[in-house]
Amino acid sequence: MSTTEARPRMASGAMTRFARPLVAGLIAVIVVSPLVLMVMQAMRTDAGSWTLANLQFAVADSQVFRWLLNSLVVAVTSTVLVLVVHSMAGYALARLRFRGRELVFLGVASTMFVSLPVILVPLFVIVREMNLLNSFVGIVLPTIFGGFATILMRQFFISVPAELEEAARLDGCGHFQTFVRVFLPISRPAFVSVAVINFLASWNLFMWPLTITSDSRLWVVQVGITSFQTQYQGSWGYMMAVTFLSALPTLVVFFILQRYIVASLKTSGIK
Amino acid sequence: MSIQGAAVVDSARVTPVPSGRKRRRSGEGLAATGFLAPLAIGVLVFIAAPTALSVLMSFYDVSLGGITFVGTANYERMLGDPLFWQSLRVTGVYALLFIPGLTIASLTLALLVQAEFAGVGLWRALLLAPNAVSLVATALVWRFLLADGNGPLAVLGRKVGIDAPSWLGQPGWALLMVVVISIWAFMGFYMLVMIGGRQDIPSELYEAARIDGARPLQQFWFITLPMMRPTIFFVVLMGTVIGLTGLQSFDLVYVMTKGGPANATSVTLFYIYQQAFLYGQFGYAAAMSTVLVLLMLLTAVLFFRATNSGRFDVDN
Repeated sequence: MSTTEARPRMASGAMTRFARPLVAGLIAVIVVSPLVLMVMQAMRTDAGSWTLANLQFAVADSQVFRWLLNSLVVAVTSTVLVLVVHSMAGYALARLRFRGRELVFLGVASTMFVSLPVILVPLFVIVREMNLLNSFVGIVLPTIFGGFATILMRQFFISVPAELEEAARLDGCGHFQTFVRVFLPISRPAFVSVAVINFLASWNLFMWPLTITSDSRLWVVQVGITSFQTQYQGSWGYMMAVTFLSALPTLVVFFILQRYIVASLKTSGIK
Repeated sequence: MSIQGAAVVDSARVTPVPSGRKRRRSGEGLAATGFLAPLAIGVLVFIAAPTALSVLMSFYDVSLGGITFVGTANYERMLGDPLFWQSLRVTGVYALLFIPGLTIASLTLALLVQAEFAGVGLWRALLLAPNAVSLVATALVWRFLLADGNGPLAVLGRKVGIDAPSWLGQPGWALLMVVVISIWAFMGFYMLVMIGGRQDIPSELYEAARIDGARPLQQFWFITLPMMRPTIFFVVLMGTVIGLTGLQSFDLVYVMTKGGPANATSVTLFYIYQQAFLYGQFGYAAAMSTVLVLLMLLTAVLFFRATNSGRFDVDN
């Protein structure tokens, strides 16, 4: 083999072994640096020395605490409801045979094209007519019916072997019992994926809660902290401490459970 | 966030349900109705009804005074509303910069970390981290970073001898910053999507190319790019939906610039929101939403035509 042929191969070998991890690491550090700067600013005094005062003030601020609690209530309620509603629907679409099933599936899938901005104004009118302005129900309920979770659940339930179902049937289980006793226990991965994605999405939701809550006691943290902008203009240490607190739950959930997000991408066929 | 929207592609690849016995079990239709009822009711009330209502409302004057049928008056008003046209222009510029920016950034990152090497998991997680943070928090962090005078970027600029502009105070810069921050916020997730697409390419193709003496750039051009076409197509499509509807840019604009300076960052969705919830012009806002959706659908159709590709997956 001539040397001219061998050189590019060696070069690309060296590229993979040393240069690529180095470049990748450098870029990753640059990309994440705004978040690092947020944390650093939260832990600094105006004079530049380290302090925990900003974070302590933020944690002790009863308003911030209330908004964090509201966000938690909203995100957890939303996630529980999403799991119940969409696991049931996914089960029916995956394992039950009935007339119009394809049509129902298409209907569910097409809801994903209808994003919130498109229907914001009429949705507001409907929720107002239902007397749900300034309520947790009004924040949560309209946002949980998008078809994504149903499709994810359906994909998972399809892969369950029919033998399990048959066995339950022979034991005399009805449809609901089969669902609860056979399908739910083995569906933990799908449930965790949907839960993680939905928790992150509903914790981070801004436009909808902003639109329908004017009572500051009902604000979720995303809406609440934007009101701090004018109140604490210029005191970046405190602003960043509050911002960091608002982002902490999602960052923790994300880093512990990110493999479930990747897994759900694979399940749903996006990859 | 973007994760939910990403599943749009799903409807295009309906997996067939394994067909079991032909005979229906007793009460299966009834059971299905029960299982599907909560979702069906929710979809009807909170998705289908507002969708229909949106178009209907656009022909009415819906304000505090009551509801009156006004025909196409809302649409005529749009034609003569310079702020509406300005918002369309802003949305257009935003989308034109955001779509290629997002695609190139996520593809580049994916190619950088798609191979397995020591520490790659950590780098991927760090690149993905901005995705876990809300857009409100993102906007606040960047307001701090870009603050005039003593913000970290201005300080850094002074150190290397550059006089930093007022990033969010000058029309041109402000819009560019909203685009850059949007890309920063979303590229991690689409990097994951791209990694999936890249890892689906059989490694034999690259081995064969190497034996034939193809250089890395040639491999990229003749193997990676064509093989990843469906994935890239998907990312461009998602970028178009995100960019034009403004679902995400709204949060950034609301927190960072309130549409300013001089309406330079007033994307159409932000203008719609102002008309509806600041001025109570629900009918006019609904009409603009309808136009925005039509524009988005038109762009998507043109895009499908132009790429001669309505499919997401080569083997489907």
